[in-house]
Amino acid sequence: MLAYVIRRLLYAIPILVGVNLFTFALFFVVNTPDDMARMQLGVKRVTPEAIQKWKAERGYDKPLVWNAAASDGAQLTETIFFSKSVRMFAGDFGRADDGRDIAREIGSRMLPSLAIALPTFTLGLFVAICFALLLVFFRATALDFYGVVLCVAMMSISGLFYIIGGQWLVSKVWHLVPISGYSGGLDAGKFLILPVIIGVFGGIGASTRWYRTIFLEEISRDYVRTARAKGLPERVVLFRHVLRNALIPILTGVVVVIPTLFMGSLLTESFFGIPGLGSYTIDAINAQDFAVVRSMVFIGSVLYIIGLLLTDLSYTLADPRVRLQ
Amino acid sequence: MSIQPMLLWSDILLFVLIASIVGLMLWARRQEALRAAWGRVARNGVAMAAATVLAAFVLVGLLDSLHYRALLPAQPGATARYAVEVNSALDALLADLRLRAEKTYSAPLATHLFAREALENSTQREFPRLQFGGMHLGANLAGHEFDLALRLSRGVAGGLAVWLLLAAAVCRWRGMEFAALLRIGSGGNALAAVSVTLLAILLLLGVAISVGGGYHVFGTDKVGQDVLYLSLKSIRTGLLIGTLTTLVMLPLAVLLGILAGYVGGWVDDLIQYLYTTLSSIPGVLLIAAAVLMMQVVIDTHPDWFATSAERADARLLALCLILGMTSWTGVARLLRGETLKLRELEFVQAAQAFGVGRLAIMRRHILPNLMHIVLISLVMDFSGLVLAEAVLSYVGVGVDPTTISFGTMINTARMELAREPMVWWSLLAAFSFMFALVLAANLFADAVRDAFDPRSSA
Repeated sequence: MLAYVIRRLLYAIPILVGVNLFTFALFFVVNTPDDMARMQLGVKRVTPEAIQKWKAERGYDKPLVWNAAASDGAQLTETIFFSKSVRMFAGDFGRADDGRDIAREIGSRMLPSLAIALPTFTLGLFVAICFALLLVFFRATALDFYGVVLCVAMMSISGLFYIIGGQWLVSKVWHLVPISGYSGGLDAGKFLILPVIIGVFGGIGASTRWYRTIFLEEISRDYVRTARAKGLPERVVLFRHVLRNALIPILTGVVVVIPTLFMGSLLTESFFGIPGLGSYTIDAINAQDFAVVRSMVFIGSVLYIIGLLLTDLSYTLADPRVRLQ
Repeated sequence: MSIQPMLLWSDILLFVLIASIVGLMLWARRQEALRAAWGRVARNGVAMAAATVLAAFVLVGLLDSLHYRALLPAQPGATARYAVEVNSALDALLADLRLRAEKTYSAPLATHLFAREALENSTQREFPRLQFGGMHLGANLAGHEFDLALRLSRGVAGGLAVWLLLAAAVCRWRGMEFAALLRIGSGGNALAAVSVTLLAILLLLGVAISVGGGYHVFGTDKVGQDVLYLSLKSIRTGLLIGTLTTLVMLPLAVLLGILAGYVGGWVDDLIQYLYTTLSSIPGVLLIAAAVLMMQVVIDTHPDWFATSAERADARLLALCLILGMTSWTGVARLLRGETLKLRELEFVQAAQAFGVGRLAIMRRHILPNLMHIVLISLVMDFSGLVLAEAVLSYVGVGVDPTTISFGTMINTARMELAREPMVWWSLLAAFSFMFALVLAANLFADAVRDAFDPRSSA
């Protein structure tokens, strides 16, 4: 098991290197730092001096990959590639355009993101699986049919509608919770409850339908027929046999998401003014802060790779037949 | 000639797409298995109703893709010059809606502006009359409701009349009784589902034409543009993003998926590495990064585009390209897995034993057996992409701000909910149109998947 984990972690290195090279190519080769400077400074203020100053402030005034002017190994280290891309592996993301340290900013914004994403995720999973089991229990009846129709209708509604509509109804008409904002400690509850409910609500349609398909596929297996033939009630068949055997396909889709919860939801956080990583990313995109976007891309892929590893490990917990080697 | 036809790149691609779909349909009619599968779709009432709605949307999108530039009034001694503004056939049809812009917000069917203004010869701030909405009523506003009811019933009657004509023609042609065209649900047929959907569309169209002739059916937005016009214009953008993206990504996904699965070895390793790397970057971030970079390219090369329509079009295409680049990985993975299975089957091994070349095997024996996956992913992705456009435009990495789309409509309208009293109509119009499009696409996609997926037909 440990050997497997170590080997998987080693496999992750070339992928991270690939992500790093890809973002480097995207951000510095497709467009030169000069282009970025011109774009950020706007048409009016573009002078060669202004561009130089902009680049120097951000450390973009070095050569891309090979610094011929330096010596003693500094040829490689005194470059944009080394100072901006390679150092991400060490957790050094440099500074944002407003001068703050990106790594520290990310650290402080993780908690609000998690506070909203974790309840949304667990509650959403629970509710969707319950509904899916309900539909499967009443399969091939009117309840099942209209339940699926409702699911398709719900997943056809834009996520923006749930957020805007929910904010309008709950906060503006009913005045139950503040429209947006955040505070630390126990006070956070009143700010978090609405985004969590909306997040769960918006995801129900697609995930209920997905779990229903998984359960239905499982329910046509031989062991289910055996269980029914033994005389077990349908309730026991569903909960003890089908649910547990459906865990593998469920885990495949679910565990991979857990680490990326840190990244938060872009839309929810920005609509509700929660100072998490999602709203950080949106602000960076709107302000065209390339350093922040680059860092978030890198962190996002690190988390995704951790998620893949966790998925494989979770298989061994769910299914004793799975051996990792 | 008073107009100069103009082909934007996206128009060309859209027409190529339509032509190839028609070509594929003609081809599929001659294939036994495909005809059977499409037959299952055609007998599905829900699917055909959804297809009717989709066809209506596609019609609007196609009309909106016939672009032209109007001739400017001739000036003596000068050669003919064309307007910078690029319009489409839809713009020409909806010239009434497009040109009757008010000053600012007005509620649906209103006769007055939404906000009080200081009038010229009065000391009080009042709601000014609209320039166009309800203009025909003149000063006599007492007849407002009566006029609305009259126009409504006229629209319903018109829609019903057109439908009755069509229905009578179909009944004569197919030799069936009239009541069969209304029998939906259990015991009904797919034709009834189509006819009832068509009736609903025609009624809505009739009402929209009749009431829209004198009022703004969905009100006007901040700069006074008719919201119905904006919603109709958004359809093309949504359709383009939903279809072109898949079109862009499919060749890549099919090629790499089959290569990885069939050739194996280091090719497989390389392709797997490529798509694992790309898919390990969270989608929105990858799209955001790529779009930011594309924006820099477009902004630093203003000389590439003659008109702003061309620039917006290039940005729309680039967005499709980026969305395609980020979404090919999933399909490629599916196709690779399926190819691995097919490679071991007898007919492929027989072909190998006969000495058929690797390329020929991939083209003649593997590819046709993967087409159902390609088709299913094509229709399943469509609705997700239409929804994604709205989100991306909100994040600020969507289409060009000058392109009319559901995303830009929602994005400009979302602050209006905070106004007191609230401006709700543009949001509601955008969401309803989007809902209709996505719901129809989802229902149709489900039917296609059920008909083509060998697992579900068992």
